[in-house]
Amino acid sequence: MLDLLLIGLSAALINNFVLSYFMGICPFLGVSRRLDSAFGMGAAVTFVMTISGGLTFLLQQYALIPLGLQILQYVAFIFVIAGTVQFVELYVQRFFEPLYRAFGVYLPMITTNCAVLGVCLLVWSKSYNTLAQALTFSFFGGVGFTLAIVIMAGLRESIDFADVPAPFRGTPIALFVAAILSMAFAGFAGMGSQ
Amino acid sequence: MSSLHGLPEARARFVRGWFTENPTYVQLLGMCPTLAVTSTLPAAVTMAVATGVVLLCSNIITSLISRQLQPHLRILVYTLTIATFVTIVDRLLAAFAPAMSRQLGPYVPLIIVNCIIISRAEACASRQNLGTAVADALGQSGGFLLGLSSLGIVRELLGSGSLWGLPVLPENYPGMLIFVLPAGAFLTLGSLSGALNAIRMREKGTQ
Repeated sequence: MLDLLLIGLSAALINNFVLSYFMGICPFLGVSRRLDSAFGMGAAVTFVMTISGGLTFLLQQYALIPLGLQILQYVAFIFVIAGTVQFVELYVQRFFEPLYRAFGVYLPMITTNCAVLGVCLLVWSKSYNTLAQALTFSFFGGVGFTLAIVIMAGLRESIDFADVPAPFRGTPIALFVAAILSMAFAGFAGMGSQ
Repeated sequence: MSSLHGLPEARARFVRGWFTENPTYVQLLGMCPTLAVTSTLPAAVTMAVATGVVLLCSNIITSLISRQLQPHLRILVYTLTIATFVTIVDRLLAAFAPAMSRQLGPYVPLIIVNCIIISRAEACASRQNLGTAVADALGQSGGFLLGLSSLGIVRELLGSGSLWGLPVLPENYPGMLIFVLPAGAFLTLGSLSGALNAIRMREKGTQ
């Protein structure tokens, strides 16, 4: 139990996906300034990350390794992710119509979100050996991503009112804010790493 | 840029990829490897070359098969093509440069989801002939190489006082750890793109 807690804490805070692995930077920088849609985006990504993290773990453990097909790893992983995203898209469209319209183009783009493929690869490279560990890592990785983009959306609202020198408006100032956030998250590193 | 319109399409695309449509500073694509692997110059260059090889191969295949593709299946086919070439590059890297392959870690397979490659397949290679697609891939890869190595140079120089592993700054230079840490990646890219914006604005002002 304690090791699961540590894995979760490490994935969400100490090695935050956005601020220390740089995965999912595109939505992080391009995210809208509205807190609720940032949160919705984060929730969708977390969902896809958890499902595909678990599925690819099972696929790797019970199909690719026994059959000696590790060479197909990347192709198989991207297939699973594309399938999961399609499934989530249909589900959201059917049951959460306003959320679906709010997401717009972002939903299909989750397929090419590095955080999703990244979590599948990291589960494998950290050699977790139970499904519970893989699921915990994937879920809290998503929580960390959500945390980062929600903080960013909140901060961007304030940046809009700040008097930023003209060449630094837009992306450069967002990157500076990300740097400060990343420093803050680096403070968690003292809590141990897994 | 009006002088470029007279050039043939392929050549114009090649030049545009390096500068006016630079993937890192202008299009802001492929940020994940840009920030993650640029703490040293060799890693940055290896990453840019690996991405360039995949981009070139995928542009060639996309340009050749695009007419046979069902429109709704095209993204899936692009992604699988890219994933195949990334597997090849990843195995080659693991065989011939194992230390570098370990250092880059999951960022080599993450080339699959690099937006530059899929956006070039969609925006250029699927509509152009082979020659233009190749020129476009070379131009974009060159631009990506410029972007990554500029970050790598600044971060390695300020972070550890060396370039390509060779010490450049005096020995008592302490090395600013922050430029090696993740925060330094954001800081460097923010400063460089802000500086480029400033130069561009000044040029516009004097014209």
